[in-house]
Amino acid sequence: MGRITLDKVTKRFGDVEVIPPLDLTIEDGEFVVFVGPSGCGKSTLLRLIAGLEDVSGGQIRIDGQDATELPPAKRGLAMVFQSYALYPHMTVRKNIAFPLKMAKMDQAEIDKRVNNAASVLNLTNYLDRRPGQLSGGQRQRVAIGRSIVREPAAFLFDEPLSNLDAALRVGMRLEISELHKRLETTMIYVTHDQVEAMTMADKIVVLQAGVIEQVGSPLELYKSPKNKFVAGFIGSPKMNFIEGQEAAKYDAHTIGIRPEHLAASATEGAWKGTVGVSEHLGSDTFLYVHDTGLGEALTVRVSGEFNLRHGDTVYLTPEADKIHRFNAEGLSI
Amino acid sequence: MATQHSRSAARIMMAPAVTLLLGWMLVPLIATLYLSFRDYRPMRGGDLGFAGLENYTRFIGSSSFWPSILTTLIIVGGVLAITIVFGVLLALLLDRPMWGQGVVRILVIAPFFVMPTVSALVWKNMFMDPTNGLLAHLWRFFGADPVVWMSEQSLLSIIIIVSWQWLPFATLILLTAIQSLDGEQLEASEMDGAPTLARFWYIILPHLSRAITIVLLIQTIFLLSIFAEIFVTTGGAFGTKTLTYLIFQRISESQAVGLGSAGGVYAIILANIVAIFLMRIVGKNLD
Repeated sequence: MGRITLDKVTKRFGDVEVIPPLDLTIEDGEFVVFVGPSGCGKSTLLRLIAGLEDVSGGQIRIDGQDATELPPAKRGLAMVFQSYALYPHMTVRKNIAFPLKMAKMDQAEIDKRVNNAASVLNLTNYLDRRPGQLSGGQRQRVAIGRSIVREPAAFLFDEPLSNLDAALRVGMRLEISELHKRLETTMIYVTHDQVEAMTMADKIVVLQAGVIEQVGSPLELYKSPKNKFVAGFIGSPKMNFIEGQEAAKYDAHTIGIRPEHLAASATEGAWKGTVGVSEHLGSDTFLYVHDTGLGEALTVRVSGEFNLRHGDTVYLTPEADKIHRFNAEGLSI
Repeated sequence: MATQHSRSAARIMMAPAVTLLLGWMLVPLIATLYLSFRDYRPMRGGDLGFAGLENYTRFIGSSSFWPSILTTLIIVGGVLAITIVFGVLLALLLDRPMWGQGVVRILVIAPFFVMPTVSALVWKNMFMDPTNGLLAHLWRFFGADPVVWMSEQSLLSIIIIVSWQWLPFATLILLTAIQSLDGEQLEASEMDGAPTLARFWYIILPHLSRAITIVLLIQTIFLLSIFAEIFVTTGGAFGTKTLTYLIFQRISESQAVGLGSAGGVYAIILANIVAIFLMRIVGKNLD
């Protein structure tokens, strides 16, 4: 069981309030991702749940029990750190066994659980190595192994993939998702990478300056962002925002249109511009279109190849039903 | 870009320094070796010719030899134990954020800057003097008889004085080592349910092992040759005669340079045995 409830939780460092009163419920078995730009308080929030930081006010409940004052070890949570925080002088086996040894479990049970975790994570051949002799992805798996042997109520991940190279990151992303499906344990995952959030989460919590901007499933956030911040943060490449006259046509202060909802043509369309840089990804082409008279350059995502060159004239047409409208406060209309 | 040419140029440029160091080391070593085979008594007839191995057998046959080795090892071992145990504790304490950290840290280092002679005299006259010393006053305050440190607890006194001098060194090195410990490791062990003592034992101490090794090696080298502290306090009496001090007595008091030189060669051998021994025990921490 791992239902975590935050009730008016606040955190102050001195006079600075980094997290104003915040309410959040995380259901048992959910994969929740905290996402936001760096410095938005997502890691602090995770550390508050872990008990590594004391809350300045409010209550944290785990499975209905008040855990606000409990020390980290008593909360039944396990954490995977950004630096993995493996113990360098212990072998992989001892690293994974450490929490069990601290819990004074008997040796036979420890061995059984460590071997089990090692086989789940493909670490069986590395049990007698030191962390220094492992690759980044293997260290990551050891860190995960160390957390799963305790059979915690919930897993906390603090940007666990940010130290890995791009290819490995995709692989580990899958492994963690796979692990979640198999264990069906609550997982809270902190990242600044919205792609990780979109691909892994059951529920995304978008944070900015310690405030929850929106909570919802990945597609909810993509399709109906509550405000300009969420709209701009979720989705890659970023949503285009257009203000002024063009927005007024749609009865809004600002309109937003995702790059994939703009059609580009060499001959006709609603907006005329000049092609700037184009990025060819093979499956897609990203065009940066300048001089449209709509403010900043617009990003356009075109499927497949696109044969306009730098400096050519291009016409863009938005899909009318995919336009997001925002009022002067930046809230969705 | 280490071409053949630049490598030989590097060798030529390093040569003066290497030659100087080699000479600096070799001249006294060869002089000691040479004198250890001569019967040389400067004020009592000068060089009395080749002595063969007699100096060596006489030095080792003296009733002071084995006790002096034991004394040396007790002092070295005692000082090492005290400085490392208290060094670790002090380093843990100084690592905590507190008011006036900068000043406290400088004060902790201060004893290291005091000359050995001065600090030994200060300890002897201001702390350990049986009538006027601070410790005597303290003992009397509690109604006890003051300890006559220099004669009754002579070895302990020397160990205390030398430990006081070397504690800052140990503390400083161990403090920097503690500061280099990754905070996330401690947090991880906290999450793993390790109480404070277990965190110290399983995380902090293994992290410090390399620094402890360095402290152990460097201090041993210097402690084997302590001299001033003994010279100005007990003068080698009351069982404080170390090997170094015995050599000094043979040369300056008995005027037997050859005999003393033979002792010097024994000291080199002892130092090397201890060094090899330490390297074997702790060397694996330095890989």
